[in-house]
Amino acid sequence: MTGDHQTLALVLFGVFVAVTLAITTYVSRGRRGSAEEFYAGGRLFSPMENGFAIAGDYMSAASFLGISGLIALCGYDGLLYSVGFLVAWLVVLFLVAELVRNCGRYTLADVVAARMRERPVRIAAGTSSVTVSVLYLVAQMVGAGSLVALLLGGTSEAAQTWTVVGVGALMVIYVSLGGMRATTWIQIVKAVLLMAGTLALTVLVLARFHGDFDQLLRTAADRSGHGGQFLAPGLKYGGGWTARFDFISLGLALVLGTAGLPHILSRFYTVPTARAARRSVVWSIGLIGSFYLMTIVLGFGAAAIVGSDAVRGSNAAGNTAVPLLALDLGGGADSTGGTVLFAVVAAIAFATILAVVAGITLASSASVAHDLYASLRRKHGKPRSEVAVARCAAAGIGALAIGLGLVARDLNVAFLVGLAFAVAASANLPVLLYSLFWRRFTTRGAVWSVYGGLVPALVLVALSPVLSGSPGSLFPGMDFQYFPLENPGLVSIPLGFVAGWLGTVTSRDRADEAKYAETEVRSLTGAGAA
Amino acid sequence: MEKHDGREAGRVRPGDLRDPWYDELASGWGEPDGTGAPTTPAVPAQAAAQRSAADIYLEVQASAAFQEVRRRYRRFVIPAVAAFFAWYIAYVVAATAAPGLMARPVGGAVNVAMVAGLAQFATTFLLTWAYARHARLRRDGAALDLRWAVYEQKRAQEQQERERELKRGVEW
Repeated sequence: MTGDHQTLALVLFGVFVAVTLAITTYVSRGRRGSAEEFYAGGRLFSPMENGFAIAGDYMSAASFLGISGLIALCGYDGLLYSVGFLVAWLVVLFLVAELVRNCGRYTLADVVAARMRERPVRIAAGTSSVTVSVLYLVAQMVGAGSLVALLLGGTSEAAQTWTVVGVGALMVIYVSLGGMRATTWIQIVKAVLLMAGTLALTVLVLARFHGDFDQLLRTAADRSGHGGQFLAPGLKYGGGWTARFDFISLGLALVLGTAGLPHILSRFYTVPTARAARRSVVWSIGLIGSFYLMTIVLGFGAAAIVGSDAVRGSNAAGNTAVPLLALDLGGGADSTGGTVLFAVVAAIAFATILAVVAGITLASSASVAHDLYASLRRKHGKPRSEVAVARCAAAGIGALAIGLGLVARDLNVAFLVGLAFAVAASANLPVLLYSLFWRRFTTRGAVWSVYGGLVPALVLVALSPVLSGSPGSLFPGMDFQYFPLENPGLVSIPLGFVAGWLGTVTSRDRADEAKYAETEVRSLTGAGAA
Repeated sequence: MEKHDGREAGRVRPGDLRDPWYDELASGWGEPDGTGAPTTPAVPAQAAAQRSAADIYLEVQASAAFQEVRRRYRRFVIPAVAAFFAWYIAYVVAATAAPGLMARPVGGAVNVAMVAGLAQFATTFLLTWAYARHARLRRDGAALDLRWAVYEQKRAQEQQERERELKRGVEW
């Protein structure tokens, strides 16, 4: 990459950082530091604003660069990802969004704790929420590091390190100063930028092929070197049965994990009513769906215009497909148009990472302060200090994510995201659904279902080929691999549900009928909602 | 739109489709340190006439109006979840286990896999629209009535409690 690209991209990114910092200061001026304000932005966002913010929270750089890159390299198998990421929103819309808005205040644990013994349930749900958030954060940090390496050409270690540190520092500033209000506006700005950039590239790709999608597919298949196979599933996941089960496992994790992601759940508390929560999900499904449809065009476009070999030559995982495509669409490496478009795409990818990272940090600081700290601290503490704890927690989580992001620098980003989804689906979704819909669910069931999903998911990953036993592992020299799949979802998600059921049927105390009545009435009518 | 409704919450009549989201009664709910009144009343049910908040929820849960809202919600959501989940799993399994079938051409470069993938997008959009419409037309009104019923019963109960406290104060 030439110096022009870098300079322009850095300037554009600097502008984005300046604008977001300005937003942070502007929206946080003169606000009281109440918990409602910090965690939920005053609950006054409109459905459209929240819809954009949800989309901005969800569409990570892994989607923008990763999925189109995967399509450019493996054709159809990349598309399987985007389908899973979108269909997941039906689970959120039908079973979670409105009911969680009605029953909870700031976190997932609120919903469960309302009908259970509070302390054990909050500690369990808080622990799993923080685990999921940290995994997801590390994925974004690693993504930010490799994006910079890619921009500056080569793999400059110092540049990667400083990027990870810089992104971490920025997110701590956004979150601890601006809370939910600043985070939301950053996500809205980012969602608009991302949609606009993707739309512009899609239009340029389609214009290149005179609007003929069929022609685009045929050219992509020709230039990929795989012919017709490129347009059918099997290039990436068609190997042995292990690879196939691995994909089914990932598919399950993607579709069930979204509804258990803490930073997605916390977005529903920023609107006034369940009806507004529903309408914001409808907005976000529209945005996310059209975004993934466009990434399909971009992915096949990169294969057709840049060529799969050129993409692979630049980055083996395909992460550079979209920037390279932008360079070509703008008029080639030496033209002004190419330079500008490339820089814009790079800056959008940066913005994407920053916004996602801010959302996750906020959600996990809420889990630490509202669930863990509030349950574990000694009684008679000052009740007003919760927001202060949350601000400190944001800084702590930032430091943790920076540290882990530097250690896990060589792990695949898409894998890390898939792992976060698997843990969310195993530990958070079962307890949430049981609490909302199962009359006889008990405290023991709740605690068992969280740990019964969380522990197997983490243990299976530790025993998987990701950590040891294969050349691509984190510790290639050791071999403690006993579980064949990279994604634990296929086993750990059912285990989470079974553990919840088992805990409930074996518990001595019966479920509290009156509290279930309260949860059910509140969840469906919104009576007494915060 | 809803965000402006707050000030008028008190004046919104039952059945009005605007949501009275502002509700000071609930504003302490779920607080771990017990500072914000959890819904149990300070005075346990000494008088037969007095009902606790738990009783209000149990009564509403048993009411025909609530059962109808719940029935409508479940009758849409359960089949819809079953349908899209089965369709998605079938798609993923077909893509991994039967690539030959998925590679069969349909027209031009487009094959079965491409059609199935785009159909997943289409059904997601369609179900989203159907759910939003169903909820708006069949559930929102009734749910809001119930929300108001609970709100008013709770307020009446609080009122009674205040009067009783007042009376006790006078006796002392």
